[in-house]
Amino acid sequence: MVEITLPKNSKVEEGKTWPRTSHATHLTEFKIYRWNPDDGANPHIDTYYVDRDNCGPMVLDALIWIKNNIDPTLTFRRSCREGVCGSCAMNIDGTNTLACTRAMDEVKTPIKISPLPHQPVVKDLVPDLKNFYAQYASIEPWLHTVTPAPEKEWRQSHEERTKLDGMYECILCACCSTSCPSYWWNSDRYLGPAALLQANRWVQDSRDEATGERLDNLEDPFRIYRCHTILNCSKACPKGLNPAKEIATLKKALVDRQV
Amino acid sequence: MADLKAGAAASRRPRPLSPHLQIYRLTLTMAMSIVHRITGGALYVGTLLMAWWLISAASGPNAYATFEAFIGSFVGRVILFGYTWALLHHMLGGIRHLIWDTLHGFEPAEREWLTLASLIGSIALTLVVWVIGYIALGGPR
Repeated sequence: MVEITLPKNSKVEEGKTWPRTSHATHLTEFKIYRWNPDDGANPHIDTYYVDRDNCGPMVLDALIWIKNNIDPTLTFRRSCREGVCGSCAMNIDGTNTLACTRAMDEVKTPIKISPLPHQPVVKDLVPDLKNFYAQYASIEPWLHTVTPAPEKEWRQSHEERTKLDGMYECILCACCSTSCPSYWWNSDRYLGPAALLQANRWVQDSRDEATGERLDNLEDPFRIYRCHTILNCSKACPKGLNPAKEIATLKKALVDRQV
Repeated sequence: MADLKAGAAASRRPRPLSPHLQIYRLTLTMAMSIVHRITGGALYVGTLLMAWWLISAASGPNAYATFEAFIGSFVGRVILFGYTWALLHHMLGGIRHLIWDTLHGFEPAEREWLTLASLIGSIALTLVVWVIGYIALGGPR
């Protein structure tokens, strides 16, 4: 259901401003969403000042700098710091992206950061992505075959392999799904762009022998057809993929098999 | 499907929902999707107007005169102008979605261009329809 406002316990309040480090000359202001499960307060926005002469160029560098130098309780996920793992996906300046590949200089200051939109918050910038992963599992992202396995590998021509380009690169960071208003309001039944892109990755795989069953699984008013081509997903993808186009490809496959 | 409540029960109190519409930066395609919905809703009202027009025409001169008085009034013309735009906007939006359904126009520059074109097109076509309408009437009256 469409909901314009946040529930009472989720209303975001004004937080505290943390002191600037002395003798810093080049400062960038950050406004960061905080929520602590242990203190009984509502979520709030804290203000921090990052010393740019003492910090790397990316938003993730700044978050780590804050954690090391100002506030060790600031909580966020990160791992590879080079756009491969998808852990540091968050909403930066109103758009979902990876903190590690977004440079501070690309973003309007003060730099506003919140967790991926419309997800239950575990703490600060860490969202609970259980539902997202369950939806990924529901499309059964592995090879389905009925013919006996070949002696060596399942062969694929170069052309067949090329069909997976633009899909196999997905790192499941959830930037796309949580950018989608339709997903915000229907994520109990709508699979969302990431899971659908992955569904198409297996539908397009020449080695997979369950294409029909995979399409049957999507033939549902909600699972795929809650996509209204809003295109936030394709604009958000930090890997430059095009989930909206992959969903359209699936919709077309669903129609094509009936004619 | 994973049970979200199970995770929430394990923590001390229910998890808040992270902000969504409140913080997400509006994009052109997002705004146009909303406008497509709104114009689609407005078409129901417009269709009632059309039905009134046809029923009044079938009912006789008195009924038609009532309709004509309403639609010819300033308020009536504003509503009719809005209906013209909603109809054309929704139609061009439909064509845009039809193009997308054929897997064309998804590249970054194309999708922005298509979306902007349907917005500008709907405004331009509405003006064209009204100019032609007034010329057919022999000028504003």
